[in-house]
Amino acid sequence: MQTFANASAGDIVLDMADEIVKNRGYLSDIDGKIGDGDHGVNMAKGFTMAAERIRGNDMSLAAALDTLGTVLLTEIGGSMGPLYGVLFMQCAETIEGKDEIDAKLFAAMLASGLDGIQSIGSAQVGDKTLLDALVPALAAFNGALADGKSFSEALDALVVAAEKGRDSTKEMTARVGRASRLGERSIGVLDAGATSCALILKVLATDAKEKLAAAGS
Amino acid sequence: MQRFVNDPDEVVEDTLKGFVKAHADIVRLSEENSRVIVAKDAPVDGKVGVITGGGSGHEPAFLGYTGQNLLDAVAVGELFSSPTAKSFLDAAKACNSGKGVVCLYGNYAGDNMNVKMAIKLAAKEGIEIATVVANDDVCSAAPDEREKRRGVAGEIFMWKCGGAKAAEGASLEEVRETAQKAIDSCRSVGVGLAPCTLPAVGHPNFSIEPDTMEVGIGHHGEPGVRVEPLKTAAEVGKEMANIVLDDHGLEEGAEVAVLISGLGATPLDELYILNDAISEEIAARGITIHKTYVGNYFTSLDMVGATLTVMALDDEMKRLLDVDVRCPARLL
Repeated sequence: MQTFANASAGDIVLDMADEIVKNRGYLSDIDGKIGDGDHGVNMAKGFTMAAERIRGNDMSLAAALDTLGTVLLTEIGGSMGPLYGVLFMQCAETIEGKDEIDAKLFAAMLASGLDGIQSIGSAQVGDKTLLDALVPALAAFNGALADGKSFSEALDALVVAAEKGRDSTKEMTARVGRASRLGERSIGVLDAGATSCALILKVLATDAKEKLAAAGS
Repeated sequence: MQRFVNDPDEVVEDTLKGFVKAHADIVRLSEENSRVIVAKDAPVDGKVGVITGGGSGHEPAFLGYTGQNLLDAVAVGELFSSPTAKSFLDAAKACNSGKGVVCLYGNYAGDNMNVKMAIKLAAKEGIEIATVVANDDVCSAAPDEREKRRGVAGEIFMWKCGGAKAAEGASLEEVRETAQKAIDSCRSVGVGLAPCTLPAVGHPNFSIEPDTMEVGIGHHGEPGVRVEPLKTAAEVGKEMANIVLDDHGLEEGAEVAVLISGLGATPLDELYILNDAISEEIAARGITIHKTYVGNYFTSLDMVGATLTVMALDDEMKRLLDVDVRCPARLL
């Protein structure tokens, strides 16, 4: 069975931060079309602060995710702060104290994060939010495992579904958040939250696959 | 538009610096959190703490209502963006004397989520936070979906009655019930004539065509129920009163408090012109006005427009509304 070590896997969160910072302008631009244009700036601010606390401390994935979630929750307000904050904090809680992360634990981690989001937010799939990337990604991961695919193969399925989910937001009408003001005028633009979520999931999956490969060799 | 700004990204920090210098006799900046304003005498022994929080750009709301017999602490967010869960938590901690804290805030997605997280975090520290969510904005959802309505200027009456009740030494549950009753007694409507601009964005965040007005507009430019040709103030005032009173369903002989607030860039004289029509329409329905408040109570940056709030009063609400307060807004 494929697993990777929780210890020292906090570098995954540093890679997430790099990806978010790299896409700061892009995320703010798409947010600016239907929102208030601060998504990239706020996300980059939060992820950068978290990365500064993680870097050089050889953190486990659990510790690094907890650091990230705490920073987002305490330093970034609005809607994205609590949503991503609770997502990462609950992910961290699920894997805390576990030495090895296998596919089942990985799925439980994301499911718990999703539960956290749904416990504070009111959005449903199809409302043009980050859930439109996260929910299908987790479903695809679980579906691949149910089909007897390996952890690595399931991670591939997760990335494909997250990006497909992100792209699906383009044709959706925003029903929650600031963009809901625009109603049908929000059609034709990607949701910034779904876009950042797909970026984060891709880094998580790619890095996890590398660790699985390294652990298996 | 020309502005008094140093750095568009530092508007909130710079506002707070000037605010605490102007009102050092009433408030202070929290020692723990530079986004929390605390009443100078908080926490008061044996008193339930009363807090709120919300995005900036609505001054004098929210922070201007911190003070004696009113709010004990306020969490301050970025412009039009919810404060962090940590700021709501720190506001609660700053005024918790052990009797619990009530958070009286408006129904917005970000605020709802951050308050929920703050409640979880506070519970871990043994602090109980009760909540009342304001939903007085009539046009933001149908009458049978009142829980979806946003909170607007009715929040001021909720803070005033809840704050006065807490100052009398009431329990957490009593303060929560009183504040709930206060906001349940309020109905509000906004009319927008021109949009507002976030300084860091630099252009208006929505548009209102010339010679039109948006009836039912929200505090951040959320869409109204209809766009109409601009009418005379007498007609607009009457329409605002009708929207609020029809939803309220008040009987003849009822007593009310009236609050007319500018949205930031409407001169006071226009608010008084509106009040002339509003008070006549209320009187024509056989309803008595106990008290009228006219001014910039709850604004939206430089939006042109006004809101009307009507609060139904019983003896207790009237008594609490009449309690003297001392706060930076100096409008109550």
